[in-house]
Amino acid sequence: MAVRLLQGSDALAEAAVTAGCRFFTGYPMLPFTGLLESMARRMPDAGGVCMNAASEIEAVNMTIGAAAAGARAGTGSCGQGIALMQEAVAEAALNEVPFVLFNMARGQQDYFQCTRGGGWGDYRTITLAPRDVVEAVEHTQLLFHLADTYRAPVILLGDYLIADTNMSVDVSPRDYGPLPAKDWALDGSTGGTGSSRQIWSWDIGKANRPGRGPDGQWKHIADKFAAVAEAEQRHESFMADDAEYLVVSWGTSGPFVDYVVEELRAEGVRIGSFRPISLWPFPEAALAEAAAGARRVLVYELNAGQMLDDVRLSIPDRSKIRFIGGVSIDYSGMRQGELLQASAIRAAVRRVIDEGD
Amino acid sequence: MTHVPTGAPPGVPATKVAEFGSPLLLSEEHHLCPGCGHPVAWRLLCEVMTELALADRAVGVIGHGCYTQAAVLTDLEWLQCLHGRAPAVATGVKRVHPGVAVFTLQGDGDMASEGLHELLHAAGRAEPITCIMLNNGVFGDTGGQMTATTVVGQRTKTSLEGRDPGTHGFPIPVADLVRTLPGTAYVARGAVNNAGAVAQTKKFLRRAFELQMEGAGFTFVEILTMCPTGWFIPTAEGPGYVASVFEETFPVGQLKTLAPR
Ligand SMILES: Cc1ncc(C[n+]2csc(CCOP(=O)(O)OP(=O)(O)O)c2C)c(N)n1
Ligand code: SF4
Repeated sequence: MAVRLLQGSDALAEAAVTAGCRFFTGYPMLPFTGLLESMARRMPDAGGVCMNAASEIEAVNMTIGAAAAGARAGTGSCGQGIALMQEAVAEAALNEVPFVLFNMARGQQDYFQCTRGGGWGDYRTITLAPRDVVEAVEHTQLLFHLADTYRAPVILLGDYLIADTNMSVDVSPRDYGPLPAKDWALDGSTGGTGSSRQIWSWDIGKANRPGRGPDGQWKHIADKFAAVAEAEQRHESFMADDAEYLVVSWGTSGPFVDYVVEELRAEGVRIGSFRPISLWPFPEAALAEAAAGARRVLVYELNAGQMLDDVRLSIPDRSKIRFIGGVSIDYSGMRQGELLQASAIRAAVRRVIDEGD
Repeated sequence: MTHVPTGAPPGVPATKVAEFGSPLLLSEEHHLCPGCGHPVAWRLLCEVMTELALADRAVGVIGHGCYTQAAVLTDLEWLQCLHGRAPAVATGVKRVHPGVAVFTLQGDGDMASEGLHELLHAAGRAEPITCIMLNNGVFGDTGGQMTATTVVGQRTKTSLEGRDPGTHGFPIPVADLVRTLPGTAYVARGAVNNAGAVAQTKKFLRRAFELQMEGAGFTFVEILTMCPTGWFIPTAEGPGYVASVFEETFPVGQLKTLAPR
């Protein structure tokens, strides 16, 4: 086991290289910048390429090229930069080019952006939201595997607390099992054979070997994402079995919520927590089950209620649901806001309990 | 003008005297308009790939436009990408496969209007790829609107009285712009409006790919092609329009060539 004390950005870079990432590019924007710098330091020795692109649009399209050529590839940014990349993420979903997009977000405002997209077409993106650096390292390796398994772009949704926290992490490679061959990847070698390859979101194919065509391709994509939605739901729950109050949170909010749950349990409150790890596909069935016996389901996230929609879609009795999070920025404009503290979460939970609402 | 009499069958049956197809052409059927210049450019590309023995180590990155059908009709590996982004996508391919001939095929709308940023940065990086711009001065595929290369006075669906610099500014001479960047090893502008121009353009393409494979740096070939449909003129007048109108603004010739590195 290779345990090392690393800053989050360096840990993610290490995990990506270990997972076989050999092409990385991006355009600076905090808190993603640290990962880009770390990759620039790490890639040459690993025999890969890290490019400081001229824009987020250029970065993500370079990544598509490298991934279509068969390399494990990644890029990233946060909120505004990811918004510029959305068209290409959609294109990659439709023409089935796999890569990992690291969203080191400025808080929790990017939930809709990552889980609903913003590009064009009937596509979805697997989005994992780690609770800390340790989980982020695991997720990075897993995401490269999932991207190749499903031939699709996937997202790691982290934030400042992941990028800039030092933690002891195990960076040894994980084995997630066999993968389909990348026989679709372009290396130029099939030209002139009568069986030359082509990657196109319409899958038109060649004059001598027509492909599925746009209708067929988009149906194939829709079916694929329907299967992913079933197979890749991930979650974690804490003291949820007999909970009267269930707090649902995601990402780096999770540990803060768990701390409050422990405190209140010690005071005799029957409370537990539930954390979707895959934001898409959202772990609907597991949440429905965890919430079945609860009187109240409290949704805590640092935005105006973006995951709240998914919670409402998962729980048959919506009257149980209360939103206790909120928009929250601190005055430095970058870090998680003033709502992200145990005392604030505790007060919000207490309000629901004490008011008997 | 002399006419070949067609009222009676010829005395001697016609025989095929030359093979005009390319081994890389998968079908002779296409969707492009009569008089369109793009198919001539495709054919030159196929010939150059065959002659330089690059067909089995080439990846083309193609944008959005009428010319995109080349990906269906030619026996080459193609990656179809978003409008304008081909030079960035091609960069990713080339960095993964440095020994492969990587090129983009784009229209003027794709490359000069939407994708100038990616083009200039690829050129600035001296990325060893070949970018080919098929310049017909309009968005052909969407029905003949003005692009960044529409020449002054040219009528399009979005410049009905002719491009007026006071309203729309001036056309961007892409090859001349790219020539000024230190990363470019080869820049040329050709045309496909007559036999001489076609032969010359083929030489330009050939040189661009030779220099790419020798690692000289970024190579660029602009090709003036006809779009009689987008220009709203009779098909037969297309080649003349290139000569009399287009070449005024976009003179053909080799603009820059560096020795291989
Ligand atoms: C982002 C985006 N905007 C607009 C379009 C619509 N579109 C498709 S082809 C095209 C014009 C292509 O013109 P050009 O590159 O000059 O090629 P031509 O059709 O003349 O060969 C446009 C605007 C698109 N596909 N994507
Ligand atoms: S519209 Fe113009 S560019 Fe398109 S096929 Fe017709 S002639 Fe060619």
